[in-house]
Order: sequence, then structure tokens, then C-alpha cells
Amino acid sequence: MIEAINEALDVSMERDDNIVVMGEDVGYFGGVFRCTAGLQEKYGKTRVFDTPISECGIIAAAVGMGAYGLRPVPEIQFADYIYPGLDQLISEAARLRYRSAGEYIAPMTVRSPFGGGIFGGQTHSQSPEALFTHVAGLKTVIPSTPYDAKGLLISAIEDNDPVIFFEPKRIYNGPFTGYYDKPAQPWKNFDASLVPEGHYKIPLGKARHVTTGDELTILAYGTMVHVVEAVCREKGVDAEILDLRTLVPLDIEAIEASVAKTGRCLIVHEATRTSGFGAELSALVTERCFYHLEAPVERVTGFDTPYPHSLEWAYFPGPIRIGEALDKILSE
Amino acid sequence: MADRPAGAAGEGDNRPKLSLHVPEPKFRPGDAVDFSHLQIPEAGVQPRPDETCDPKDMRDLAFGLVRVLGEDNKAHGPWDPKLDPETLRRMLGHMAMTRAFDERMFRGQRQGKTSFYMKCTGEEATSVSASMALAADDMVFPSYRQQGILIQRGYPLIEMINQIYSNKGDKLKGRQLPIMYSSREHSFFTISGNLATQTPQAVGWAMASAAKGDSRIAATWVGEGSTAEGDFHSACLFATVYNAPVILNVVNNQWAISSFSGFAGGERTTFAARAIGYGLAGLRVDGNDALACYAAQKWAADRARANAGPTLIEFFTYRAEGHSTSDDPSGYRSAQERNEWPLGDPVTRLKDHLIAIGEWDEERQQKMDLEAAEYVKAVTKEAEANGILGHGLHHPFRTMFEDVFEELPWHLKEQSEQAIRERETKFPGGLKL
Repeated sequence: MIEAINEALDVSMERDDNIVVMGEDVGYFGGVFRCTAGLQEKYGKTRVFDTPISECGIIAAAVGMGAYGLRPVPEIQFADYIYPGLDQLISEAARLRYRSAGEYIAPMTVRSPFGGGIFGGQTHSQSPEALFTHVAGLKTVIPSTPYDAKGLLISAIEDNDPVIFFEPKRIYNGPFTGYYDKPAQPWKNFDASLVPEGHYKIPLGKARHVTTGDELTILAYGTMVHVVEAVCREKGVDAEILDLRTLVPLDIEAIEASVAKTGRCLIVHEATRTSGFGAELSALVTERCFYHLEAPVERVTGFDTPYPHSLEWAYFPGPIRIGEALDKILSE
Repeated sequence: MADRPAGAAGEGDNRPKLSLHVPEPKFRPGDAVDFSHLQIPEAGVQPRPDETCDPKDMRDLAFGLVRVLGEDNKAHGPWDPKLDPETLRRMLGHMAMTRAFDERMFRGQRQGKTSFYMKCTGEEATSVSASMALAADDMVFPSYRQQGILIQRGYPLIEMINQIYSNKGDKLKGRQLPIMYSSREHSFFTISGNLATQTPQAVGWAMASAAKGDSRIAATWVGEGSTAEGDFHSACLFATVYNAPVILNVVNNQWAISSFSGFAGGERTTFAARAIGYGLAGLRVDGNDALACYAAQKWAADRARANAGPTLIEFFTYRAEGHSTSDDPSGYRSAQERNEWPLGDPVTRLKDHLIAIGEWDEERQQKMDLEAAEYVKAVTKEAEANGILGHGLHHPFRTMFEDVFEELPWHLKEQSEQAIRERETKFPGGLKL
């Protein structure tokens, strides 16, 4: 996935001189996760550059650059550290177009590694997507495969609205099934690692059918797509798994069509439960598919605690928690 | 109270008790005002270094006060911008217009034509004179108290009033609180209610201009109270790190609503002196001296254009009126402050200068003031034909949902239909607009 992201940046920068990449350690060093490796050498220091350790400054400078006419792609090293930039994202980037009636826009894509499962503890594991989906004017995108990461990132960069692009760092190097005691597989063993060269786009706002099935619909994104897929395979559940890919705008048609068919819906995310994005999904499914539902909508999520270090696998919504929810929802 | 660890020295030792310092302004309501503690140097005594000088060679300027207009109303010293009389009269005209506009809009709020207004009385030079030193295509990132820039740049008054009245002529479609103007055509950035956010954005704009090999620079304005925000630190830091062609203007008008400048850290140093820690050029300027404001901004603009780096300018001035139409300053400061302010009034001082050099007289001033007031009154009438706040002459309901994103996503389409349905329920047969 790292190479796919790097390629998306490379392809985009090649096509458009106005794209600039900025962030902590993204320049000469190529990023702490190598996502920007080689870009400064290829495009020069005025297009790919290191910044001071100031998330507020990074986002704010990107807003100003966007107002000038550039298309900045700022990186926040970990989603856990995006908070100092929140005022600039929520009060400024998200509202620039609206408050100026289209005079000024913020065509920026904020990339940030997110999610747990890597013993990252409290400040290298968070999934703060719900803070952004709640903000009018922001789009939120989370890929789950290298193929999607490249196509979605190119779409995000070319989109004229500000996009929060969360990269699940647990699956940077290979998919993660949630069976942490089994050996990890690299992406090269999977078809989804076959990433076309050059330019291609995956439209924002379109979900991906990971599997088709009749027993229930599972709504997931990021790392959890792979976890639910593995659990369903393990348990022999005929699930229709939807990888949402974009949380805002949401592919409501795909969700409605699937739940109308299966009559059951399970929502899975790593983020904490209360007021998480799963609550929005649950409400939408209940409002729009109520007469199709044969069981209450279930949510499997992280617990309502800060992300712990030693108890990572007790916290992470893994196979056992998902399995219990599947049993419950299928037994009703 | 925080517990002491077991075995630590505690009660009974002879260490002195600590005390917390909470700043307090010198004068409160009813107090006699004496500003003699302020050090106001003579006009013309500050040196004017070369625009490309090293910031470390101009430290004294951050603690001094650049002044041009003296007690004799003549221009003095190396900072005299030597503007021709016609330019000075134009400057005075913009300031008179800004003041007349403020008067009228304040009254409009009191008459219930709009919800809110903010005057810039006493600070006109910090916007009008300063922006006259910039090129029309230099990008400005103002706060909410630089209406003088729009007036100086020739933005139509009717657009300003339409925005204040949130009427059907409002280019911002009634979405923004009054005075939060935006004009891309006039290189005037959309004003935000969130303080100081514009300062690092201005730096980003300037970085972009530099990265593209452009020749345009950026300037931003922020109140001294808002310099306490983290964004201001980011702005100073990014400006210096990338040598951005930007001017950071701090309008120190002594008051942030009811808090005096001491709460922004102004008790023990100047705001211009903040520049020193960042390696920025720093200038402290008499903000009621229109010529000094112009000269300082010109100096900083020339510096930025020469790729010599950013400048932080403190305009030392006084907020003569309340913070806003929702504020009553008699609740927290002495009513005498305004009259005792040692730097006087910027409009009066510029007028007196023009008279002193034989290029103006009181009669022409009166005529100018009258004409400005009548012009604003006429434009206000014109704008009122587009409606005033809350009288139905607003933009169509669907516009509330536009421009959240470039395109309307499904959920906003649904909500837009809902709003229109609610209107039909409330006004069967539709509104006559």
C-alpha cells in the first residue's frame, strides 16, 4: 500500500505542477512510513518539503496555498496528532467555499496514517474519523487495499473539496485478518496488490463489494474489511461485505440495496463506540431499511476507552467479538 | 491542593509563599486616566534601516515607536514617506469614508436593520494607510476590523452593506455574520470568526507565491489579543522558516473586548518584540500616524518583494469605541481613556498635517465629511431596497445547501428538499419574492 500511495503522489505531481507535498519528515527522508520516498529528489524542494512540527501550521499553510491556487497534499504523521490542526480543518478548510460563496476553496488532501493493531498505544493507534464525518464540508476517505489506495488518493487530490485521507497503517505492508497470532502475509501474495501503472481513479462516494452474500450485510472500512472477511470465511458465513471506502459522501444506495436483500446488518469499526461513525450508519440503515430488517442492527467497535498498549488484542475488535455478533444477528 | 509526596519538605520550612500575578489594567470605570507612563518618542527620531537589513540589527525598532507626524503637524525624519498632497488627500478621504461608514452601520444595527456591527474608530490608519502601501493584487488576510482596506481598494460600499444586511444582494448569500466580507476580485480573503486563523494562512499564500516565482506578496492583520492564539506562533514560525514574502500586522489597540493587552503578554514587552525570537524583522509604529503606518508597510512590502524576508509590524493604537455593537466598554474601562490617549486621532492628525503644509483647510474637511456621510446614506438606501435582515428578502432556501461541497451530495439534496417542503408548509402557495 505504501508503494501505491507513493505512486499516486508521483502520478499526480507529474500531471499537475500545482500539487505540493508537505509535512514532517516527508522531504529528504521520504516520510516515516516511506510514502513520499524519492519525491523530493524528483520534483524539487519547492514541491516536496519538510515542515516544522506544527500541525496547525501545516494545515493552515495548506489552506493559504489552496487559496493561492495550489493543490496541497499535507501529511499529518499520525492521525492521533491531527488535533492541533483541527481548528484550521473544521473552521477554515471545511468552510472556505461555503462562507465565501465559492470565491475561495480548499482543494487539499490531508493524508494521515491511522488505526491500531500495531502496539501503537494511545497516540499511534487512534481512529478519529467520526470527528471529521461530523464536519460539513469535509470528505473522509479510507482505503483498504493498494489498488484502492492509489485510485482513491488520485481522486482525492483531484477533488476540489478538502479530503481527509486516512491510511490504515496496520495494512501498509499487507492485509491483517485480526488473527494476530498467525503469520502476517505481505501484499504481494494478494490480487489487490496488483496496482496498474500510471493514472487511474476510483470515484469518491462509491463502496466496494468485497464479497456478495445473502445472510447479512457487513459495513466496514480500512483494516476491518480484512478482519471481517477472514472471520466470515472461518465461520462459513455467507456475508455481503461492503468496503465503504468513502464515509462522506457515503454510498447510501449500495448500503440500502444490500440490506434490502439480506435483511441483516453488522457494522464494524476500530474506533470507539459512542458517537462513532457506526452510530450514523446504524441510524441510516434503521431509518431507510427498517421494514427489511429481520434483526436489530449490530455494531462491533473498539471499546470506549483510550487505546491501550498491553491490552491491544483485548481492545481490538477481533475475530471473537465479531464472531459473537455474527452468531447473535444470525440467530434472530 | 496538590499533595506533596511523602517525605518532601512541607509546612514549616522557610521558603517564601508563591503568589500568582493576574494582570490588571491601570484604569477602570470612573478612574482618572494618566498615560504619562507610556514612552512616546519624538517624531522622526527612529532610524530607518535598509529594507534588506538583518533582523538582529534592528532590535531597538521593536521597542521604539516609528513616528513621522510631530506636535507641529509636520513630517519628520527618515520614515517620512514623502507622499504628494494628492495622495495624502486620498488617504484622508478613505479614512473619512471609513469613519462615515462605521457611523451609519452602527446606527443601522441600533435601528434593527442588522444583527451586528463592529467599528474601527481610531484605527483607520492601520488599515487605510497600510493598504495604500501595498499593490492592489497583493493578497490581504484581514481580521474583522480592517474595513478600511476594502474602502481603500474601491470595493463598492453597496456590496459591504448588502453583506451587513444579509439581503438578497449579499454576495455571500446571507451565510456569514455581518462584516465577515470576502472579495477575491479585491484580493481580500474571506474573513473568519475564528481568531488568528488567517495569519498562518497568509504565510501559506505567500509561500505559494514564492514557490511559483510570482511577484505578489501577502499581508495579514490580527489584533494584539489574538496574538495569544497558537496560530500566530505558527504564522511567525512558518514565515521565518520559509522566508515567506509576508507582512504580519499586529494592531495593538490595547483591548481585546474587555481584556487589556496585558492578558496577551503586553505588560512586559512589546508585540513587535515577538519578532526578535523568531528572527523576523520587527517594527513598532505609531498606529495613529497615517504617514508612519504607510511608511512601515511600504518598508515591509519592499523587503518582502526583495526576497529579504517577512516583517512583523505592531501598530500601537487605541480602540476608541466598544468592541462591537454587543459590547459596552463603560463596564470595564475608564471613559476618559479615549480622550487622554496620547497618540490622538489618526484622522485629525492627518487632516492637521495637510493643513500645516498648506494643502487643506477646515472648510474642505467639513465638506469632505459631509459628502462622505451623504454618500454612505444614499448607498444605504440603495442597499435597503435589497432588504434588511429578517424581512424575507433573503436568498432562496436551496442556497443554504450549496457550496458546502462543489457538488450537492445525496444527503444535502434530501435536506434541501426538506427545507423547501417546510417553506411550503409555512407559506402555502409560496413566498412572493
